[in-house]
Amino acid sequence: MDNNIEKRLQSLRDRLTYLGDIFAGRHRNNTAMLEEKLAAFDANAHAGSCEDPYAELATIEDMFAYVERRLESAITPMDRVRIVRHPQRVCLRDILENVYDNFTEVGGQDEHSLDPSMLIARAVITRRRGKKIYMQSVMVIGQEKGHGAEFRNGGSVKPWGNAKALQFMKVAETEGIPVHTYIFTPGSYPVEDYPGAAQQIARNLYQMAGLRVPVVAVISEGGSGGAEAIGLADRRLMLSHGYYSVISPEGAAAIEGRLKNGERATPELIEHCAANLKIMARDNLKFGYIDRIVQEPPLGARPWHFNFFRSLRQEIIRATDEVIISTRKTPVLRGLALARHRKPEADLDDLHIRWGLTKAAKARMLHHRQEKFLRLSRQAARDRRPFVKKSAVAFLDWISTPWLSFKYDFYHKHQRQISTLMEEINNEFEMFKKRLLAPLRKLTSNLPGRMDNKAKELTALSLWQGDSRGRQWNYISPRYKIDRTLTCPNSESYGCLDLWGPDLFAEFAGVCTHCGYHFPMEPEWYVKNVFDPRSVFEFNSEIEAGNPLDFPGFSERIAQAKAKTGTKSGCVTFEARIDNIKMVVAMLMGTFRGGSVGAAEGYKFVEAATRAAKKRYPFLAYVHGTAGIRIQEGTHGVIQMPRCTVAVRRYIETGGLYMVLYDTNSFAGPVASFLGCSPYQFAVRSSNIGFAGPGVIKETTGMDIPPKYHRSYRALSRGHIQAIWDRRQIKANLKQALLTIGGRNLYYR
Amino acid sequence: MFDISKLLDAIKASPYREIVIAAPHTGRITFADIKQGDVVLGRQGQWKEKPGVLLATLEREHNPKPVRAPEKGEISLVHKNLEGQYVEAGTPLVVLRHMLTRDEVQRIILQKALYLFRAPERAKYYLTPEADKKIRAADTHSVTVRDGMELFIMSRMKREAPLNYAGPDGVIYEVYFKYNENMDVGSPLIGVCPKDHLQLVQEMIMRVQTEWTEPS
Repeated sequence: MDNNIEKRLQSLRDRLTYLGDIFAGRHRNNTAMLEEKLAAFDANAHAGSCEDPYAELATIEDMFAYVERRLESAITPMDRVRIVRHPQRVCLRDILENVYDNFTEVGGQDEHSLDPSMLIARAVITRRRGKKIYMQSVMVIGQEKGHGAEFRNGGSVKPWGNAKALQFMKVAETEGIPVHTYIFTPGSYPVEDYPGAAQQIARNLYQMAGLRVPVVAVISEGGSGGAEAIGLADRRLMLSHGYYSVISPEGAAAIEGRLKNGERATPELIEHCAANLKIMARDNLKFGYIDRIVQEPPLGARPWHFNFFRSLRQEIIRATDEVIISTRKTPVLRGLALARHRKPEADLDDLHIRWGLTKAAKARMLHHRQEKFLRLSRQAARDRRPFVKKSAVAFLDWISTPWLSFKYDFYHKHQRQISTLMEEINNEFEMFKKRLLAPLRKLTSNLPGRMDNKAKELTALSLWQGDSRGRQWNYISPRYKIDRTLTCPNSESYGCLDLWGPDLFAEFAGVCTHCGYHFPMEPEWYVKNVFDPRSVFEFNSEIEAGNPLDFPGFSERIAQAKAKTGTKSGCVTFEARIDNIKMVVAMLMGTFRGGSVGAAEGYKFVEAATRAAKKRYPFLAYVHGTAGIRIQEGTHGVIQMPRCTVAVRRYIETGGLYMVLYDTNSFAGPVASFLGCSPYQFAVRSSNIGFAGPGVIKETTGMDIPPKYHRSYRALSRGHIQAIWDRRQIKANLKQALLTIGGRNLYYR
Repeated sequence: MFDISKLLDAIKASPYREIVIAAPHTGRITFADIKQGDVVLGRQGQWKEKPGVLLATLEREHNPKPVRAPEKGEISLVHKNLEGQYVEAGTPLVVLRHMLTRDEVQRIILQKALYLFRAPERAKYYLTPEADKKIRAADTHSVTVRDGMELFIMSRMKREAPLNYAGPDGVIYEVYFKYNENMDVGSPLIGVCPKDHLQLVQEMIMRVQTEWTEPS
């Protein structure tokens, strides 16, 4: 038997194992039939009794193709998950070798890399116009799962791998070449070591929201945070057999089944979650979270599907060209070029378009990208505002925008010059007055009867103002009515005495008097005690959290949460004042389904950021608690990560002051995006901040993590936050921070 | 000097430690599902982060507080007659019989037999070159120490000072600090044993290591 036949036989055997693996035991009669044929041919060929082995082999190959085509229609969502995770699936190095004309790895070589799971290469695409040949460079960034699977960590990128990706995105920005990202990750590696899983993803998102080169992302396995770290792109393509999801189906099953201590979910529950999370390419295209689907061969692309690489090459060139073309100013030329490029039969290798952009075009591209993300997922939140109210808000917005821009951009600018001048004149006058009156002051200070204030303060009796005990708070937790004592969790190490509830929740503001441990308090406590009384004005309260994916049984749970908290979503947005400093606040409430963020919460957050920018107020994100993205909303939830980050970036770029204050437990998606990207992040004592909880870390990495791993003090030491505040001092500290960081004018730098 | 072999015999005669778990404060006691003869576990895990087995719940002012097993052991007595009663602080609730492990026995013997010279402050410690040379050439037992002898160099961020040994005369049985590693205040630096006891101590430790059967 010649080598050629042996090779083709081996490839057929691989296809057979692949079939068995991805269907996990289903369609066994099909595979058994193929196996039988293959074994029969193998035996005949080895015995040399085949008349025409090539013809017989071709027949078997046709049979394989037929079965694959037939089974294609029977693929379930969970099969797709198995397809993208299969070792035979195409991976980034295959794409680099087959889609691009040449490449140089720049992010390290094989295992000798900061993080081998993040692969970075400068690649070249050659195109022609007429007889002329053009070389176009791109920066290719993506997760690599294969070609050394033992050190690739399954495409799960460590924080420093994401930092490396960001570094080379900035290189691409300097060089002005497009970035192509390929997402092949089940999720990020959840360790907190610097730069920190969550905080690094947040930084990546923040930078990508303003990256001044075209970015095209291709999603094969898009596992939540890890995918978002390189996924905020102008165009997002998705492979037809890929998945893009907020969480792995196994993770969702563990949450849905309320499993603890590494119990394994049943396959049925995992299948149920995969089906209900709407993770497939066509679902995401329908929602608008991806722009186009790249069709794969039946049962998913494998490295020998060369036609697939060709179509991927066409699609990726088309997407990059479209980004470039859509920045053109002249509508006619833009329309013509777009129409030409969108033709399915167009050979883009023969249509050359320069991938460089002018400064103005870059600004337009950024605007398009940001607008695109801000528009997404609005339909997934239920906006229950009546039509009249909506129109009134729109009208007010329409008239107030020019007025506010006149007030702040024109009047305040000149007013500042005048006041500076006045201040200088005043200073001079004061100095003059001081000199003039100096002899007189010398005379009077020696006169008897003038008691020094300092001496008086030191000798007089101090006043006991004990009557205000417990009355120093505008709001006290209703738990103060319960007659019981509580034990501080630190009592074993610090020997704290038991605390009497009525004391603890009223006068002590939920703080252990011995060690300073902060018992969690209700969100209302902060609203009423941090901000000036009667200064809180809530807006957009009619935007409701819903069940956009119709996840079975979830509508009732959302309704329960609404009834329990009396709010319509987990994010409350309001305007408030602290000692007359106005600000916009978005509060994520840990009491509403753990403070998870879904489409409604994201919508309200974006609206709050926009409002703060319009009114030139500082913007505070007070995180009473957040458990992450609401998994039952699937990609409607995960898209809030780039969306809200874009909103925050816009706000900060227009000169706003964005601060984040974490309380109780803040984890996962929100920390890894719009919260973690803030330059000023503070925490309340005894809070926990991190990417994944101890259970998830244990399950994904196999590492035991020490107790108190996520404590705010650890986060402070790791450099994730800037300071830790006592709950009773929040008001004073916030004011101090506003005045020192925001300056006298508070908002515009 | 006490008799080490007698000590070992005494330990062998009662190879366990009785731990009396008493009520930390007043309160109403409810026992968990335990009975005499049960083996319970103490704190576990790499950082002792997993709590011990629940023995009882003590409730005061509507604040139920768990009483847990501090160490592994067999329950030898449960004061079940207190079930549901209001107890005073210090009332014995459960008696645990903790079987001594090989390391614990060794520690008890060494604690009695050795004099531990402790670090006077947090610093890095080195032996003087002569002592160091001797130890490297032979073993720790080759160094004889006497009161007031200059034995250590104490190094705090490159500022070095000599440190004199203070304590009974003898030979160094064991050195507890490592080169280039900071030692906290009060942690033992060396264990000193009178020269004539050295062989006995060594034999005894050997016996513990070979003969002592670990409780399952």
